[in-house]
Amino acid sequence: MSDFLKIQGLQARIDADGTPKDILKGLDLEVPKGEVHVIMGPNGSGKSTLSYVLAGRDDYEVTGGSATFKGQDLLALEPEERAALGLFLAFQSPVELPGVNNANFLRTAVNAVRRARGEAELDAVAFLKAVRAETKHLSMSDDMLKRAVNVGFSGGEKKRNEVLQMRLLQPSFAILDETDSGLDIDALRIVAEGVNSLRSPDFSALVITHHQRLLDYIVPDRVHVMAHGRIIHSGGPDIAKTLEKQGYTQFLEAAA
Amino acid sequence: MSTHSPVTQSSCPALEAFVARAAGQGATLLENGLPTRRVEAWRYTSLRPIADTAWQAADVLSPEVVSALLARLALPETGARAVYGNGGFLHEHSSLPESFSPDAQSLSPLNGIFSATLNAALGEKGLDIRVPVGEDAGLLTLVSVSGGQNVSTHLQHRIVLEDGATLTLYDVNVGDGRYITNPRFDIVVGKNATLRHVKVQRESLSATHLAIISADVAEKGEYDSFTLNYGANLARHEAVVTLGAPHAMAHVNGVQIIDGQRLNDLTSMIHHAAPDGSSRQTVKTVLSDAGQGVFQGKILVDRVAQKTDGYQMNQALLLSEQAQINSKPELEIYADDVKCSHGATVGALDDEQLFYLRSRGIPETEAREILVRAFLIDALDLVADEVLRELLLRSMTS
Repeated sequence: MSDFLKIQGLQARIDADGTPKDILKGLDLEVPKGEVHVIMGPNGSGKSTLSYVLAGRDDYEVTGGSATFKGQDLLALEPEERAALGLFLAFQSPVELPGVNNANFLRTAVNAVRRARGEAELDAVAFLKAVRAETKHLSMSDDMLKRAVNVGFSGGEKKRNEVLQMRLLQPSFAILDETDSGLDIDALRIVAEGVNSLRSPDFSALVITHHQRLLDYIVPDRVHVMAHGRIIHSGGPDIAKTLEKQGYTQFLEAAA
Repeated sequence: MSTHSPVTQSSCPALEAFVARAAGQGATLLENGLPTRRVEAWRYTSLRPIADTAWQAADVLSPEVVSALLARLALPETGARAVYGNGGFLHEHSSLPESFSPDAQSLSPLNGIFSATLNAALGEKGLDIRVPVGEDAGLLTLVSVSGGQNVSTHLQHRIVLEDGATLTLYDVNVGDGRYITNPRFDIVVGKNATLRHVKVQRESLSATHLAIISADVAEKGEYDSFTLNYGANLARHEAVVTLGAPHAMAHVNGVQIIDGQRLNDLTSMIHHAAPDGSSRQTVKTVLSDAGQGVFQGKILVDRVAQKTDGYQMNQALLLSEQAQINSKPELEIYADDVKCSHGATVGALDDEQLFYLRSRGIPETEAREILVRAFLIDALDLVADEVLRELLLRSMTS
C-alpha cells in the first residue's frame, strides 16, 4: 500500500551526439496512492527526462537506482506493459501520427489496455458512446476524432487530446508533463478538471509544471523542487507560491 | 541499343528455351538476349534468377489447383469476370458479356522493353475488350492463376475504350510454384474515356512476374492505375503511358510490400506528347528483412506538351538494416511552360511515434503495423473504388 510509486537514487543519461550526458543524478521520490504531487524546477533540471524514463522511452539509459510501481520493477517493463499496469504519460509535445485516424487510435489503445488488464474489449458502439461522453466533457469537437492523431491540432487541442486519452485509459498513476504550457485559461481549466475528476483514493498523479497558476486549479498534496537531476526540496502546496514570488534561487542555494 | 550487353545463348538456358519456343519472327526478337545489369533499364533488377532455367510452356492447370487458388482470393461479387489458368481461358470460372472476347490479337513488341519483347515472341491470347462509345462497362475482374515448375506464360490483353467509355479493371495475379508470368496489356483510352486499372500482384514467392502495360490516352481521357506489388521472388510492373492528345491524364500509383529476399520493381514512363496533360504518381514501398525495392519513374515532356502538370512522389520505409531501395526519378522536359514536381524520401519508422503508441498500451508489433499502414494509406486512398480499396487493404494484411 505504501509502495505505490517509489523512486530511489535514479540515474539516467542520454546520448548527446556521441557523448553520454548525465541528466538524472540520484533522484528520490515517492508518490503514495491517492495523492497528487507536483514537480517544479528550472529548465534543464531533468523533469521531462524523469517522465520519459518512467514511461519507458528507450533513448535514455538508466545507469543507477530503481523505480518501482505497485511493487513491480518499472524499469524492466516495456512501455505497453507500464500502460497496462496503470501508468499514463501526458506528453509535453504530443506526437503527430499522419495517416492514423484519432478514433481508431483511441479504440486500439483502450482495447489493448483492456485486453492486458483482462477486461472485455469495447465494441465500436460501446467505444463511441464512451468517447462521446468524454469529448463533450472536454469541449472537443467530433471533428477531432475524425482527423489524424494530433495532425493539424492547435496546441490546446493536442493537450485536450492527451487528457481524453488519460480519461479513456483510466490509469492509476498519471504523469502530466507540462500539460498546462501554452494553454489559455479556459483550456487550462478543462485540463485541470480532467485531472481533478479522476482524483480518488486509487488514483495518483505527478504534475510537472512551470507555473503556479495550474495549482490554482489542481491542489496538490505535495510539491517537489527539482534541479540538477535531483529533488532538492519537498513540501506542501505553499512552496509553489514561494517559488512564484522568489524564484528557485533560495532552494538552489540551500541545496548547494 | 548500343549499351545492350547480351548474355550469350550458350550460357543462358532460359534464352535457349525461349528461342526454341518462339515461332518465326519471335526468335529474331529475342536475339539480343536477356538484358544484364549493364543495361540501364535493368541496372537495379537482375534477371539472373531466371537465366539458368529452361522455361517450358505451361500445362493446363487441374480443376482442383484452379479452385484452390481461387478460394484464396477475395474477389468482387459484382461485375464481369475472366479467369485464366496458366495462360488458358477458363470458361467455367468466367462470366463475360458477349462483346468481350477472351482471344486477343497478337501484339507488337514495344521497342527496347524486354518484357514486351519476350511477350511478343511467346504471346498467348488474352482478353480482347472494346467498350463502345459512351458505354459504362462497370467492373471487370481479370484473374490470372498460375502453377507448375519451370514454366512460363505470356498473356496478351488488348483493352480499347472508345470515346466516352468507362471501365474498371481489377487485375489479380496469384499462383503456386516456380513459374514466370509475363502479361502484356495494350490499352487505348479514347476521348473523354476513363480506364481504372487496379492490380494486385501476389504471385508465388518462387515466381517471377514481368508485366508490361502500354496505354495511349486520347483527349481528356484518363488512365488511372494502382498496383499492389506484394508477391513473387522477382517482379517488375512496368507501365508506359502516352498522353498523346490535349488534356489527357494519367495516374500511375502503387504500393510495394517486400520482405524475405524478394525483389519488387515498379518502373514507369509517362510520356507527355501533347499540351495540357497531367500526370500523378504516388508510389510507396515498405521493405523488411533483406527485401529489395526498385522504383524507376520517368516523366518525359515533349516540346509541344506545354502546360503539362506532372507530379511524382515516391517514398520508401525501411524496416530492417538489410533491406534496400533503389529509387530513380527521372524528369526529361523539353517544353518551357510546365509544372513538374517530384519528391523522394527514404526513412525508417519514427521512434517517437512508436513510443507514443506503445505508451498508450499498444504492443510493439501492433504499433509497427499501425505506422506501416499509416505510411501506405495515402497511396491506397487514391483508389477511387471503395470496394476495390477494401479488397486491396485485405490483400495487404493477409
